[in-house]
Amino acid sequence: MSSTNRTAAETQVLVTRSLARRYRAERRFRFYGLSAVVAGLAFVVFLFGTIFAQGLSVFQQSYVEVEIFYDPEIIDPSGTRNPDDLVTADYQALVREALKARFPQVEGRRDLRELYGLVSSAASIELQQRITSDPMVIGTRETRWVLADDTVDMLIKGRVSRTAPEDERRLSDQQIGWIAALERDGTLELRFNRAFFSNGDSRDPEQAGVRGALIGSMLTLFITLLLSFPIGVGAAVYLEEFAPRNRLTDIIEVNINNLAAVPSIVFGLLGLAVFIGFFGLPRSAPLVGGFVLTLLTLPTIIIASRAALKAVPPSIREAALGMGASRLQMVAHHVLPLAVPGMLTGAIIGMARALGESAPLLMIGMVAFIVEVPQGVFDPATALPVQVFLWSDLPERGFIERTSGAIIVLLLFLLVMNATAVLLRNKFEKRW
Amino acid sequence: MTPSILIVALVLLSFIAYQLGKARSLAVVGGARGIRNLHSLPGHYGLLTALWCGLPALLLVAVWVAVQDQVLIALVSAQLPASVQSLGNDQFVLFLNDLRNVVASNIPASQVSPETAAAAAEYLRLRDVARLALAALAFSIGIIAMLVVRGRIRADLRARNSVERVLEGMLFLCSLVAVLTTIGIILSVVFEATRFFGIVPAQEFLFGTKWSPQMAIRADQVGSSGAFGAVPLFAGTLLISAIAMLVAVPIGLFSAIYLAEYAPSKVRSVVKPLLEVLAGVPTVVYGFFAVTTVGPLLRTAGESMGLTVAGESALAAGLVMGIMIIPFVSSLADDMITAVPQSLRDGAYALGATRSETIKQVVLRAALPGIVGGVLLAISRAIGETMIVVMAAGLAANLTANPLEAVTTVTVQIVTLLVGDQEFDSPKTLAAFALGLVLFIVTLVLNVIALYVVRKYREQYE
Repeated sequence: MSSTNRTAAETQVLVTRSLARRYRAERRFRFYGLSAVVAGLAFVVFLFGTIFAQGLSVFQQSYVEVEIFYDPEIIDPSGTRNPDDLVTADYQALVREALKARFPQVEGRRDLRELYGLVSSAASIELQQRITSDPMVIGTRETRWVLADDTVDMLIKGRVSRTAPEDERRLSDQQIGWIAALERDGTLELRFNRAFFSNGDSRDPEQAGVRGALIGSMLTLFITLLLSFPIGVGAAVYLEEFAPRNRLTDIIEVNINNLAAVPSIVFGLLGLAVFIGFFGLPRSAPLVGGFVLTLLTLPTIIIASRAALKAVPPSIREAALGMGASRLQMVAHHVLPLAVPGMLTGAIIGMARALGESAPLLMIGMVAFIVEVPQGVFDPATALPVQVFLWSDLPERGFIERTSGAIIVLLLFLLVMNATAVLLRNKFEKRW
Repeated sequence: MTPSILIVALVLLSFIAYQLGKARSLAVVGGARGIRNLHSLPGHYGLLTALWCGLPALLLVAVWVAVQDQVLIALVSAQLPASVQSLGNDQFVLFLNDLRNVVASNIPASQVSPETAAAAAEYLRLRDVARLALAALAFSIGIIAMLVVRGRIRADLRARNSVERVLEGMLFLCSLVAVLTTIGIILSVVFEATRFFGIVPAQEFLFGTKWSPQMAIRADQVGSSGAFGAVPLFAGTLLISAIAMLVAVPIGLFSAIYLAEYAPSKVRSVVKPLLEVLAGVPTVVYGFFAVTTVGPLLRTAGESMGLTVAGESALAAGLVMGIMIIPFVSSLADDMITAVPQSLRDGAYALGATRSETIKQVVLRAALPGIVGGVLLAISRAIGETMIVVMAAGLAANLTANPLEAVTTVTVQIVTLLVGDQEFDSPKTLAAFALGLVLFIVTLVLNVIALYVVRKYREQYE
């Protein structure tokens, strides 16, 4: 059947007959599109849902209230109040005595060890700080809230079942009985988790905090911003306002676009070979991290800054030149002030990218286990996303919660940065 | 005087130079009244003086800070006692490490050998001398330059032109940083990779099928032969990237089509940023998600169907990587689809095509080159992605096409070979740079093709 000698009526029939099929295809296609969008949104919800479900509880932590007697016999048997003796005293013993006093019926070495296991070893450090800052309290009594062990914390938060068979959990039936007793008289409860924001890394989940990583990230970002914003803006101004059109500037432009798509780990290799291998800068230092992230964010900032410069209408430039300004004066006095909001937006987005970046930092050694909070850009440090990576590898149940908590902190920072960028753009964006 | 204090002092000196130059220019023309006789603004004369005063001196300081350590170490090693001089290479490196640690006061001098302590003291003495000399030299250069320039200021000195030439030069240097980065990447990767290919032949690396980079430390050690055949890594990378693209391309493309062609603009303005949230989430978060949620989920799902799924299966890593890439594909495809002129759609509707027929037979065909370019960019992203696979994919090189087994990738191996303290010249660490070279070349080629295709496509409709 050839289509050329078909009459109009026959075509009409053909079309009408096929219409139902074609509409079905139309609906099917539309359904595919809709389900793709729904799937994408479902991923967003699922991703954030699981992270928040696992991590929100990190902002609270189980504390035990104990009545501590600052026994001079234990802290300072010689009675000299010598500061060196006070530092090295057996503070663990104070906590042990307090627990023994709370459960006087517990006897036997094994049982006592289980009882002492309910409280974190952080408690003794806290007591040490208390005594060394104020030796006058020796000999007095004080009720204090001390950190509970992470296994207790997981039980309180319901991450570990109380009814599971005894050999499948890390707490014995006896310990669970004590926990129930403590809960009953209100001396074991969830309180705001200060330690998570004031501590560095630790091997014990209940003591591990994000402060070290957060400061490390801030130092790194500080170096990054300090270098990449001026260099990026300078490069954008040159390429947009001064560069002659020649081979060299063409190469620079192609190069910037390609650099933006180089995998971040390759920048890490560069940092390792050049900054650490060649220039001999210290490993694990925020300074080197800042250098590497500068190179990584530079293309983003240059591209955003050029777009901001392009948006300034030529009439502004012509007016300035017409009044006798030099090219540099025209740029510095008239074009740049108008382009700054756009450039800042680009810089913030670049910084947000740098904050989430971890692969290049692994390469330059910012993955060490570091307890102390870094004091300067030469100190060994980690960064927030690297901390997430480090914790995610640890087997304890408590660290899953810590990891999700660190992710929530990281996401909050990213949210704030991106929101600032959007606000900045909306407030200062000019339509000419 | 430490270099940082010196730099601050030099900046202060330049500030004084600025004031001097400015005052001098006014004095030359007889105060503010004669200002119109000046060729440039008084500030320009100040800047000119300040630049001449500060720049050469600061450059000198920068050069010295960069080479100081090498020079001092060379000077100290030249006068070490014979007992240290005769140490083997490894021992000598250890000695230098100790020396550096003492100098940085990481270790007290009492804890190291007397030779090291003496050398460290010598190092510190030389450093103090050098710092003093540097400060004296930098200051005299600055002051002399300041005085000379100040003496040369006349009413017709073209200060503005000179200042602007210097500033433009600085801007040019800023834009060169990007080029220097590329050169730095190429040099560092190529240099270390050639050293690697000096030990392991290139064809063995590129076509060998056995990867076990553990080198024997002792000659009699078992099971650490050190084989560097990278084919299993390439295969693993391709497998995971393929799974990722199978997730990302259909979902990304269809959601772009739906949002661009069907969705009302209100829905679009809400849903599009929500999907793009996925692009802003750091990759460690995806890695964590893959390990703690998707991996176990696939495992239980596999068990219920009687399949054994490895704990670190390629499927889990690929799926999560696909989710990460969805917004990348969808926003690029969206750009390409909205760039297709409305007249083409109107033509198709006029011929009686339904919406889906218009999209399938007109819009997508017109946008195809752009979409292909976007997909190529996405593939390059997938190949270079590190954190998800480091956390969720395996370590053992496993040559398989079964997505339920664990495979390893190029980026995973780079990270595992280089993280931790290792000496810089074992084949193990050098292998990481060879892998980096392959990664860089492959992603670069993909990017160049993709950017070319996308640009050609954009030009077509402009």
